[in-house]
Amino acid sequence: MAEQVTRKPYVREVPRMLWFLRHPRYMRYMAREFSCLFIGAYTLMLVVGLKRLAEGPDAWAGFLAALGSPGAIVFHLFALAFSAYHSITWFRLTPKAMPVQIGDTFVADRVISGAHYAGWALVSLVVLWLAGAF
Amino acid sequence: MATSNKPIVWGPFAAGGTLTAFLTPVLILLTLLAGLGHAPDLLAYDALRAFAAHGIVKLGLVVVIFLSLWSAAHRLRITCYDLGLRADTLVATLVYAVAIAGTVAAAAYLLRLNPV
Repeated sequence: MAEQVTRKPYVREVPRMLWFLRHPRYMRYMAREFSCLFIGAYTLMLVVGLKRLAEGPDAWAGFLAALGSPGAIVFHLFALAFSAYHSITWFRLTPKAMPVQIGDTFVADRVISGAHYAGWALVSLVVLWLAGAF
Repeated sequence: MATSNKPIVWGPFAAGGTLTAFLTPVLILLTLLAGLGHAPDLLAYDALRAFAAHGIVKLGLVVVIFLSLWSAAHRLRITCYDLGLRADTLVATLVYAVAIAGTVAAAAYLLRLNPV
């Protein structure tokens, strides 16, 4: 090598793990991604519930009793918040993923998102009603 | 020709993301109500046992559980990468295996519920 290259490019340091603490936008992104932990754990809990249901009335009663433990209540509250955040961000993104064109114009984002929010509310109410929660 | 398995893992992720967006919060609300001592009628043993014994309901539950677990697994895989864990093949194998195992277990428990 005839000449040493003296150029010193600026390399911006990025923390390997906690980079998302640097900006609120990154933190909202991570909050959205962390929702998968709660949705996944909750679904696995449902699988355990099916196991207890298959084992008979006593096992099912034990499962219902376990749902009332303080840890289960706290988990449910976090899971509810994170899963709702997933729903909100998912429907907010829907018009970007599925733009609807009518003639020469695109349907406004808020119309597509709004229709999904309304559908979400309707589905939730119907499930609550069918399950006899009212 | 370049081949990619991306559509295969991404399809159920998108379907599961949509399904969980519509359904998971209200399901959580149902079991939260049960935990708070206001269990919805459907969660009584006899009612739920009869409900889950229907063939269509069994199929529906397996689909909901598979798509929910798969989309969570896919997102967890991407999140691991974002957090600097770059052993993607290992992570992907683990999270998808848990999703499939959970689905198979759910199907096995449901098959034990014969119509009364």
